[in-house]
Amino acid sequence: MLAAILAITIISGLFGLGLGWASRRFHVEADPVIDQINTILPQTQCGQCLYPGCRPYAEAIASGEADINQCPPGGETGIMALARLLGVEAKPLNPDCGEEKPKAVAVIDERVCIGCTLCIQACPVDAILGASKYMHTVIESECTGCELCLPPCPVDCIDMLVKKQTTGDWKWPRPEVASQFPATNPAITSGNHP
Amino acid sequence: MRNERLEQARNAGQHLHHFHGGLRLRHNKKISCELPLEQVPLPPRFYVPLLQHSGQEAKATVVTGEKVLKGDRIGYLGEAGRGCIHAPTSGTVKALARRPISHPSGMNGLCVVIEPDGLDQWKELHPITDWRKADPSLLRQRIRESGIVGLGGAVFPTAVKVDEASERGIHTLILNGVECEPYISCDEMLMREQPDSIILGARILQRAVGADRTVIAIEDQMGAVSSALKESVTRSGASDIEIVKVATIYPEGGEKQLIQVLTGLEVPSGGRPSDLGLLCQNVATATAVARAIAEGKPLIERIVTVTGSGISRPRNLVARIGVPIENLVDQCGGYTKDAARLILGGAMMGYALGSDGNPVIKAANCVLVLTEFDIRTPQPEMPCIRCGECARVCPALLLPQQLHWQISNQQWDDAGEYGLTDCIECGCCDFVCPSHIPLVEWFRFGKAEISSIASERAQAGVARQKYEAREARLTREKAERRRRMEEKKHALRDDAQRKKKIAEAISRARSRQDEEK
Amino acid sequence: MSRKFATGGAPHFPPHTSVAGVMQQLLLALAPGIVAYIWFFGPGILIQILLAVTFALGFEALMLTARKQPIRLFLGDWSAVVTAVLFALCVPPLAPWWIALIGMLFAIVLAKHLYGGLGQNLFNPAMVGYVVVLISFPQVMALWLPPSSIASHSLSIGETLTTIFSGSLPAPLSWDAISEATPLDAIRASLAAGNMVSEARLSPVFGDFGGLGWEWIANFYALGGLWLLWRRVISWHVPVMMIGSVAVLGLVSYLADPGSNPVPLQHIFSGALVLGAFFIATDPVTGCVSNRGRLIFGAGVGVLTLLIRRWGGYPDGVAFAVLLMNMAAPLIDRYTRPRISGQ
Repeated sequence: MLAAILAITIISGLFGLGLGWASRRFHVEADPVIDQINTILPQTQCGQCLYPGCRPYAEAIASGEADINQCPPGGETGIMALARLLGVEAKPLNPDCGEEKPKAVAVIDERVCIGCTLCIQACPVDAILGASKYMHTVIESECTGCELCLPPCPVDCIDMLVKKQTTGDWKWPRPEVASQFPATNPAITSGNHP
Repeated sequence: MRNERLEQARNAGQHLHHFHGGLRLRHNKKISCELPLEQVPLPPRFYVPLLQHSGQEAKATVVTGEKVLKGDRIGYLGEAGRGCIHAPTSGTVKALARRPISHPSGMNGLCVVIEPDGLDQWKELHPITDWRKADPSLLRQRIRESGIVGLGGAVFPTAVKVDEASERGIHTLILNGVECEPYISCDEMLMREQPDSIILGARILQRAVGADRTVIAIEDQMGAVSSALKESVTRSGASDIEIVKVATIYPEGGEKQLIQVLTGLEVPSGGRPSDLGLLCQNVATATAVARAIAEGKPLIERIVTVTGSGISRPRNLVARIGVPIENLVDQCGGYTKDAARLILGGAMMGYALGSDGNPVIKAANCVLVLTEFDIRTPQPEMPCIRCGECARVCPALLLPQQLHWQISNQQWDDAGEYGLTDCIECGCCDFVCPSHIPLVEWFRFGKAEISSIASERAQAGVARQKYEAREARLTREKAERRRRMEEKKHALRDDAQRKKKIAEAISRARSRQDEEK
Repeated sequence: MSRKFATGGAPHFPPHTSVAGVMQQLLLALAPGIVAYIWFFGPGILIQILLAVTFALGFEALMLTARKQPIRLFLGDWSAVVTAVLFALCVPPLAPWWIALIGMLFAIVLAKHLYGGLGQNLFNPAMVGYVVVLISFPQVMALWLPPSSIASHSLSIGETLTTIFSGSLPAPLSWDAISEATPLDAIRASLAAGNMVSEARLSPVFGDFGGLGWEWIANFYALGGLWLLWRRVISWHVPVMMIGSVAVLGLVSYLADPGSNPVPLQHIFSGALVLGAFFIATDPVTGCVSNRGRLIFGAGVGVLTLLIRRWGGYPDGVAFAVLLMNMAAPLIDRYTRPRISGQ
């Protein structure tokens, strides 16, 4: 009896030492997790997550202060990617933070714009071209759809327009699943696949 | 290392090798090869789509009401030979309308609607009759202007392929007559009835890219084809064209698989056949090249196989781009009683169309109509039982069951690592799956997601850079402002001190003056 | 006027196989072996199969309802039936009815559905069920019958049914008189008593190679397995490596010490080795994905079986060996990923 206890204790002690040594010997340097999180976030800098930008949100997630489901522009894909990165459960988007909307871009109605530059100052990625008393215009390819330019405009001339899908940017859709099998339900990951 | 591979590639066709996996499928080709080729008569309207290639729609170069001649250019995308589209007949442009364009999404696209005037008059043609002495770049330029794309189904712009090939140096031209997909027989009919144009196309392409020899690969079941081609080679007097028969295993007609069979080499993952000094073109593409150079005619028509259990009299037709598919079906005796699905392409890789009002496009190698019985699914989709059949038959040596898991669980990085982008979408894995998992649909979705995520990440990267630049600019401006304030304050203090010094000096001078008085 | 069509995905061919089809072919391949079993050891095995199938389908229906999944679809894939039959072929023919109940409870509910259902289980369900009853009820699981040719009393169908459903033999019979050690039991007992294998082989339960009767059953299993190979339902990698490694290791150990090791053929034709090689270790869900992985898997099962037979606490090690290799399968898969074309 004593022999058995002693044997098990010694063996587990040896294994523990071995694992500790292995974890040091085979340690892999990885990107700091904040940068990895920031890469997944969509960089809209919209503030819907209740943090002043994507990087502060990334820092809050890393420190455990914020949850992974606070980013509407990142959507379900973003939440799943964060869940996978951090090894936590994916969860639905927090409805208090907003809802996932299709990607839209801001468009300035040039008949109404008065050239006040308030929207230019508000845009976090400098996607609006213009100067004081000159016509302002949004550079479509650089607009991230964050909507931060809408509140400051005194004449309310900015609209968010959803890009219409053309044959040029059509993608093959996700196959329809006949019924809710765990095999095709992304919320349940498989057990025996590496 | 590359030199060894080039040497091995030079012997293409000498010995035949194998590729991994593949399936022996029932051909179903004979029924459409019994009748000779026939032209499709002019329909009342042509609907020529401006999107007949991958990427963005071409821009129309004609306006409503304009009169066009056969072969006039009506669409152009501008970028180095992509997307040239020509009028299939002479007539009037009735409209530029959004209509069905035989696209896999089922979405409409811009079409040039042409009403034929019945004269079918060509524009002024400029054949390059002395192509034997012409500069190869001139030949390539003509290919670019003639709107020629890969007619094997991939519709990749031939001019781009040929330009890139000639830059990298090609020693062997391979003409792909291995039509491995069941039901499709358009290339076989072309080789049987018009072999001279293929041989001519081969010789022109050879000159255009500087290749030393040509290998024409055909299936070993194509008996009449082999003799027709060989006679044509003899007639042309060319000594560097070989006909090679390869075993009939689907998907041997795939470019990478064919190259592996002929040379024993694998095209490097992410690379192209030109890495091995090879250029692969479909035989119909070669014919289109011959027509463009020797007759000056751009690509406006192709051979389409109209077949399947849903067609009364299957055959191959020569159809012009823009003819509605219903016209082709009518010419083949119409539908049979149980016709249930209309497919553009073959039974393995084709996509279903929602209506036969869709037009013939450059990619339309086959119109396949199947009955209910042919497309039945007795059992709905089940979970994967990991039987491994899919991996056994995959010609690209992938693990479809792993890829399926990864895509359905959105593990995009893993899927990329396991080679999802190397999938050629042949459908072999789908065909053998006992659980009836629609693997090809999953992989098409997965590939699209990976590329769209990559472009979204790239965009997000740009946005992050701009944001950081803006933050830096704001910080810098703030610092500038503070520095200027400091300077002003300093200047003010200096000013005050100077004034004090002057005042003191004045008062000292005054007091001295006072003293002297 | 244009005609409209309903669309569907590629490839546009009717499927030429199905999960149910694969399972049914497995059962067909087992049939010759089962017939031989009944011939040699009486109808008990048939009762066991029927009990196991009933309980398996019952538990499967229960779990599918609890998990809100389509019952007819999954019951119709015959996978529970295959699990039940393989389990029944491993238990003694006169085992009481609750052995099948407990076995199927652990096999279907625990090993299969609690891990996620068809295609998601980590361990072979039939083997999990068998191992659980083997460890929990060792005495009952050791009561094997001798082949009818040498049996002192062959039970009739009535007596068989009574035994199985009441849990004890009908009046004048006793277990000492009826049951007989299996060949592997005999070898083990003999070695423990200090005798050599050759002496143990003198017992009437031994046939030409393996056990009397057992070797014929193994032959028929092998026949069924070869038919499965021809039909491409299974691949050759696991059976060849499993039987091959047993043969090689058996040969080495026999040559090293003929006294305490039987000839390799004895190993191959004893216990559940042939059944395991063609039907159990080839289970696709719990095995390896790549061919190289399957070779390693098969070899592992063979080696572990021999080790357990020689030095372990149980006469036959196939079930334990399979479960141990199931544990290792994901890791083997990770390291035997095939090279992708062009890389």
